[in-house]
Amino acid sequence: MNHVNPKWEFLGLTFNPSNILMLAVTCLIVFLIAFISTRNMKLKPTGMQNFMEWVMDFVKGIIKSNMDWKTGGRFHLLALTLIMFIFVANMLGLPFAIAYDHVLWWKSPTADPTITMTLAVMVLVLTHYYGVKMTGVKNYLLGFTKPLAFMTPLKIIEEFANTLTLGLRLYGNIYAGEILIGLLAGLATAGVGGFLGAILPAMAWQGFSIFIGTIQAFIFVMLSMVYMSHKVQTDH
Amino acid sequence: MSLDQFVLAASAGDGILDKLNTGDILATLFFFTLLMILLKKFAWGPLMGIMDQRAELIASEIDEAEKSRAESAKLLEEQRALLKEARTEAQAIVENAKQQGDAQRAEIMETARAEAARLRENAAAEIANEKEKAIQAVREEFVSMSILAAEKVLGKEVSEEDNRALIEETIQKAGEGR
Repeated sequence: MNHVNPKWEFLGLTFNPSNILMLAVTCLIVFLIAFISTRNMKLKPTGMQNFMEWVMDFVKGIIKSNMDWKTGGRFHLLALTLIMFIFVANMLGLPFAIAYDHVLWWKSPTADPTITMTLAVMVLVLTHYYGVKMTGVKNYLLGFTKPLAFMTPLKIIEEFANTLTLGLRLYGNIYAGEILIGLLAGLATAGVGGFLGAILPAMAWQGFSIFIGTIQAFIFVMLSMVYMSHKVQTDH
Repeated sequence: MSLDQFVLAASAGDGILDKLNTGDILATLFFFTLLMILLKKFAWGPLMGIMDQRAELIASEIDEAEKSRAESAKLLEEQRALLKEARTEAQAIVENAKQQGDAQRAEIMETARAEAARLRENAAAEIANEKEKAIQAVREEFVSMSILAAEKVLGKEVSEEDNRALIEETIQKAGEGR
């Protein structure tokens, strides 16, 4: 425990190379899964193609539960990439964490608030962008006065609250999971008794973390689409 | 920890770029965008294409099935009508044949009856003819017998009475012979 993050500075920007590494790994894994499973595609799907089609339909279901497909179809790829990216990112920190010289290198990229907040801000910026693009500036601005004009300050606060909760919820869940797994791993390495004592809770918590990671990926995409639908639909 | 950095960065205005992982933010955006573009090109695009293709295929198959179903229903109707037509036709033919048979039978019976009548007439005529001939023959016989009798009479010395009685007897015999 008590790991610190590596830190690089380059062109006046601060980098956490661990984050960069894990982002790259996540992207690579997601891409490989998607790429390999979409080789040799057939009209009558088999094996991995079935799985990818299920994921697609699942994401389609998320979008459809928030807006009609004519509006929401354009967010399909975004939501699909988001859910796979976040899911894989959440899973990466589960089996192990690698620290070298007390510097933490291998972890879930989503256990870093910078990354989750970036994703959240990106989603919220996109909602505003599509809100303006699809309903026009006037409707977009009028949207802040609905349902009642005096609620406008609340609506503005809501935008920031949404961003913050969207990013920090994901970060908090995954980070907490990693902390607990780290603690249990520390207990397991303390001695034979500690190892025996840590086996059960570690296994239970890892199983639970898989569940949390899956749920959080789903929630992130679900909420993204909820926020999106609030912006791109004028009639409620 | 980066959370501390984040909170600090949010509160402190000074040196915000040093505290905030600006590079990470850019890297995250870059990686995510890159991933999305690559996936769209290599995975989602083809997958969506094949799913659309399948949806199209299914739709067209359903259309096809609907069409062939309608067609077979039409054909069935046609066949049924044809069958009905054939049945009535067959009935008409049978009816016709029966009528024709009846007529033919009547005709045959008529001709047979006529033939029978003609044959009977013929027979009657022939019988009459034969009878006439027989009478003629008898008569001729009678004459020749009379002549024979006369010869006998002439040859023998008979009396008037004997002669007469002989002739009468002969005639009598001839009459019985008839």
